[in-house]
Parts: sequence; structure tokens; C-alpha cells
Amino acid sequence: MHELSIALGIVDAASEEAVRQNASRVCAVHLRLGPLSGVVKEALEFAYEASCYGTLLAGSRLIIEDRPVVVYCTNCMAERTLASIQRFVCPECGAATPQVISGRELELAALEVED
Amino acid sequence: MEVRRNVLKQNDVLARELRDRFGKAGVFVVSMVSSPGAGKTALLEKTLGLLRQRGLRVAALVGDLATDNDAARLARSGAPVRQITTGTLCHLEAAMVGKALEDWDLNELDFLFIENVGNLVCPSSYDLGENLRIVLMSVTEGEDKPLKYPTIFNTADVALITKADLATAVEFDEEAAARNIEAVRPGMEIRQVSAKTGANLEPLMDWLVGLKILV
Repeated sequence: MHELSIALGIVDAASEEAVRQNASRVCAVHLRLGPLSGVVKEALEFAYEASCYGTLLAGSRLIIEDRPVVVYCTNCMAERTLASIQRFVCPECGAATPQVISGRELELAALEVED
Repeated sequence: MEVRRNVLKQNDVLARELRDRFGKAGVFVVSMVSSPGAGKTALLEKTLGLLRQRGLRVAALVGDLATDNDAARLARSGAPVRQITTGTLCHLEAAMVGKALEDWDLNELDFLFIENVGNLVCPSSYDLGENLRIVLMSVTEGEDKPLKYPTIFNTADVALITKADLATAVEFDEEAAARNIEAVRPGMEIRQVSAKTGANLEPLMDWLVGLKILV
């Protein structure tokens, strides 16, 4: 478990983007997190506040958008949202669905900044 | 302001560079992940020896928090081995691999093996630029391991069930394990091996050599 280093990574990436946009402060970070990213949401939230100390992000909020695992079902010929990452089967027809379209996100989606 | 930036972008960029470098040098890179004690080092020691016997040029990088015991063991095979000591970091990252390979001439290698830190959680997030990722699971760990750690199985290419020589002693349920692996990664290739007895190792070597030819 190393969510602290991930949180520091978020702070670094957000700071870089903020500086690029000439912002003086970041008030909130919107993060897209997928179940297959390997990162635990609660642990990340826990580590976030400490990671912000002394940076442009001090006092900012971390807003996490949970993303689903989307797979492609070759039987239905359609994208489906997986119900559980412990069963990679189509929720409609039950066929095995190894093809992952999305669900691995660990992505900075947006920042709320002050100039 | 909209951003759309992968937090681990730095690692991904470095991993892509490594992948490119490996491709140009013609070296087939295999990484190994598992929980601590599943038998990565034992299997890798045997693998290095067997591939060398076939006249192939092999080398290994091994990651651990502390000690260079694994590197010393692997070096007995005669292959070049380097230890990456991570200190407190629980997984290997592309930057660490890149640094460890700085002064190696990859053109002189057919295979490079990267043994990750024993950990079924964190390595799944970090691409190392490898061609193949093997997840090892020993017969002593319980058939439901894949259900407990779906992400690592989902981000690996092949599953090796290790310590097959102990299967009967622990009443390992091979079918249940296969079912669970299939549940989290449909179609995943599964092989049972024993580094201790050598069971099923030659076919595994055949398979690895075959994969390299395809690249």
C-alpha cells in the first residue's frame, strides 16, 4: 500500500498544471479512479491532506469520481458495465468478457483554481 | 480547469521508452509478480539455468526492500544479475528498472527477467516496459487468491501455479483455482510448475522461447 506516494504524485501533477495556468492556489482536485487502477480510495483520501501541506494545494479538497469497469462483450457485440471485478462476465448474457475498455483510470480530470 | 492527466504518466512514459529500448535491442523482457514466498526466486534460478543450457543469453533484475540475498542466489546460475533495493517502496517502477540497466548492453541479451517485490497489490499499477508479465501463485496460498487480488491477475498475462510438488499435501483444488482465475481473467493461460522437482519446466522454457520468436 503506497497511496501516500500516489497522493504526492497527484499533488505534483496538480501543482505543475496550476503553475502552467498561472494559478496561485488549487482549491479542489477532481480525480477519476477506476477499480482496476490498483489504488484504494479510502487510503488515498487519508493520505491526501498530509500530501498537500506546504504546497499550492494546501487545504484543497480531493473529489474522487469512481469510474466503472467497462468491458466489451463479443457475444452481445456491445460495451457493458461490469458488476464485479471478481467476475468478468457480461451482466446481460453471461459470456466471459476479458476485453477491458476502461476501469484502470488514475487520472486528474480537473482542477478548481484561484488566480 | 480541465486537465485529463494520468497521475502515473511519468511512469507510463518511462515504461514506453523502456519498451522501445527493449524492442530495438531484441531482448524479450519477462516480469514476475506474486505474494512474498510464492517461489519467484526459486523459479527464476531454475529458469536462468535452463535457458543458459539452451545457449540463450539471459540476465535478471530482482527487487527487494532489503538485502541482496536474491541476487546472490540468482547469480549462482552464472547469468548477470543485479539487485534493486527499494528501501521502503513496495513495488518496482520503470525509473528504477531504467537506472539499473544504465550500463548494460541489452543487445547482448536474449531474455531479461525482472523479479518484482513480493506484493500482490501495488505492482499492478506500474508498467515496467516488459513483454510478458507472469503472476505466480503457490498451491499453499489458497484457491481463492485470484478473487482476493483480481487486479494483479487482470494486469498479468499468464498465471503460474508454483510448488506443485506440495499440491497433494495441502489438498490443492486445481479446478477451483482454475475457475477463480477464469472468473477474474477469462482465457488466462495457466501452468502448474515445481521449481523444486523441475516438473513442467522444460515446456515452460519451450513456450518462452516460442514467444520471443513471435516478437
